[in-house]
Amino acid sequence: MNAESLEQIAQRRQAARDGMKCRVSVCSGLGCESVGGESVLEKIRARMRLQGLADQSEVHLTGCRGLCQRGPIVEVEWGAAAQKQRHLYLDVDEATADRIALSHAATGKAPDDLPSHADNPFFTKQTKIVLANAGEIDPEDIESCIAAGAYSGLEKAITEMKPADVIAEITKSGLRGRGGAGYPTGLKWSTVAKAAGPKKYVVCNGDEGDPGAFMDRSVLEGDPHEVLEGMALAAYAVGAEQGYVYVRAEYPLAIKRLRAAIKQAEKLNLLGTHIFDSAFNFRVDVRTGAGAFVCGEETALIASVEGARGTPRPRPPYPAVSGLWGKPTLINNVETLANVAAIVRKGGDWFASIGTEKSKGTKVFALAGKIKNTGLIEIPMGMTLREIIYDIGGGIPDGKKFKAAQTGGPSGGCIPAQYLDLPVDYESLQQVGTIMGSGGLIVMDEASCMVDVAKFFIEFCREESCGKCIPCRAGTVQIHGILDRIARGLGGIEDLEKLEDLADLLRNTSLCGLGQTAPNPVVSTIRYFRDEYLAHVVDHKCPAGVCTMEGAAAVAPLAAVNG
Amino acid sequence: MTADQLGATTSKAGDKRLKMLDAAMRRQQFQPDALLEVLHSAQELYGFLSTDVLTHIGRSLKVPPSRVYGVATFYNHFSLKPKGEHACTVCMGTACYVKGAGEILGAVRRDLGLSDKKATTDDGKVSVVVARCVGACGIAPAVVFDAEVVGGLAPEAVVARVKGWTR
Repeated sequence: MNAESLEQIAQRRQAARDGMKCRVSVCSGLGCESVGGESVLEKIRARMRLQGLADQSEVHLTGCRGLCQRGPIVEVEWGAAAQKQRHLYLDVDEATADRIALSHAATGKAPDDLPSHADNPFFTKQTKIVLANAGEIDPEDIESCIAAGAYSGLEKAITEMKPADVIAEITKSGLRGRGGAGYPTGLKWSTVAKAAGPKKYVVCNGDEGDPGAFMDRSVLEGDPHEVLEGMALAAYAVGAEQGYVYVRAEYPLAIKRLRAAIKQAEKLNLLGTHIFDSAFNFRVDVRTGAGAFVCGEETALIASVEGARGTPRPRPPYPAVSGLWGKPTLINNVETLANVAAIVRKGGDWFASIGTEKSKGTKVFALAGKIKNTGLIEIPMGMTLREIIYDIGGGIPDGKKFKAAQTGGPSGGCIPAQYLDLPVDYESLQQVGTIMGSGGLIVMDEASCMVDVAKFFIEFCREESCGKCIPCRAGTVQIHGILDRIARGLGGIEDLEKLEDLADLLRNTSLCGLGQTAPNPVVSTIRYFRDEYLAHVVDHKCPAGVCTMEGAAAVAPLAAVNG
Repeated sequence: MTADQLGATTSKAGDKRLKMLDAAMRRQQFQPDALLEVLHSAQELYGFLSTDVLTHIGRSLKVPPSRVYGVATFYNHFSLKPKGEHACTVCMGTACYVKGAGEILGAVRRDLGLSDKKATTDDGKVSVVVARCVGACGIAPAVVFDAEVVGGLAPEAVVARVKGWTR
């Protein structure tokens, strides 16, 4: 550590912040960014300068606040140190931003006609661990992160705990993999820790390929140090000295912020050699993906980090035993690692007190589709789907009816209306035929056709199949072909059985998770929306009016003759 | 092909791109496993990956051409053909699809006479690209104009914006 300790930096920054008349944070999530977040920030900064408050105010960008639909989102904190007040503004355009800044600078109050939205159920119903620092920190300024507690977990681990203690704490917390499968994190860590060999690796899987999910993007952009600290803790626990963050190329800002964060952390000796004056060394490099969904699968990801084509290989051996360059490798998802620092700081018991019996902690979801409040949310495990969709999400827009929620993306399934009161945890979701997945939650209303949705996902898997094993390569083409025929009105009742047979084949014989789970959306929609499929193949009609059914006219008279 | 020849065939006089590519490879210490990172640098410099560039990278990193070509064609992000001056990237992630990204894509392609087989206009002005998911689900449907992400646009608005480029 440098001359100034972590605690000193934190205290200095906190004192500086306490002394400020006013602190303004502007959401820098992609949603706010696309509607002018940056210019709102500039406007506020300019106004503060004009009012002579440049030295007494702090105006900074912050991580995604979640309510993308209502951006840009601005929060103002003002008042004396002990009694800071906060005001959350939504839908801030440049003119409003100027008005807000002027009002706070001149009168020390919010404009009368702009109420705070902090008590909006969208915000109050959430429980935040992973996203807790949105609004508190500037992700590009490591000192502001340290003031919020960053790297204090790592300091505690290195100075007070043995590697085995860290693993015990993670095991006690009950944390499970947030990438989708839900494998116990503590167990994975102890397997890698036990693996023989002096050289080990820690890899952070940020290849968020599931279309309709952006949790990892938001975490990497909004709080990169949280992930880096999690990686360092994992490395300390399992005995690794080198780490890689694998991020998809579609997320340029996440890559930029990560690279900057690594540099800043190295400068303060929070990464690098002799961290906190100990014998622990840890280096992190960023690896950029290049647009291949299959690289989210761990063995394919390893191949990709090694600079090869991202094709999976059979397991075992698992990466925990033989991963990167044949060495024991710990692979965790971004969100999993983002939970680690808080667990070490506050203890496994604290984490285990949140959530359900088997699913502990919180889960971040990307709420999208036909829902009023689209955006990013973090909820305690076990919250019902109804609460998520109606209380936090604000319900379905345009007075339409809820039809289904899709979780797990192309590997998941849908949850129909009868299960709205289902608690969201790993086991319950599995019981109804879907998975937790990485956190994409797409809401569909009555205008969505389930055959079309199934076709969309299988088309995705067909395109993304790496081609190494035949069941996946050929099977996804066949399933897509059948669904396409059904959507054009040329399907028959026997097609449903064929689909189910093919699904069974893919599930049991594909090499990796991509092929094994590719039929899930098809199976799940047939299970819950068989009527809709029957309408397509028997009556040759699409009830939602989405499928073209252009071939139906030719089939109908033929069926009449045959019938 | 030597590096000098490559400099002559892929660029005009005074082009520093080859030097920059070599510098990028040096930063990676010419490690064969840095192939992906190097391909990223090359595409950033040239806009696409020509056969000459791929050959040069293979020789420098001591990776067989078959593997360089295999990797370059495996990943969607890499393009072996020149792209248009501007790119209109339509996100076809689930959230965008549910909110009508298909109609946007159809409208833009129709307007420019493009298809899923033909991504760039004949004059090389505009490419229409499909993205798997740009992670902007909260503002779906999302369209990326060059590097700027814009959400919630109607098909007509996207067509109008792309028209601005072709003028």
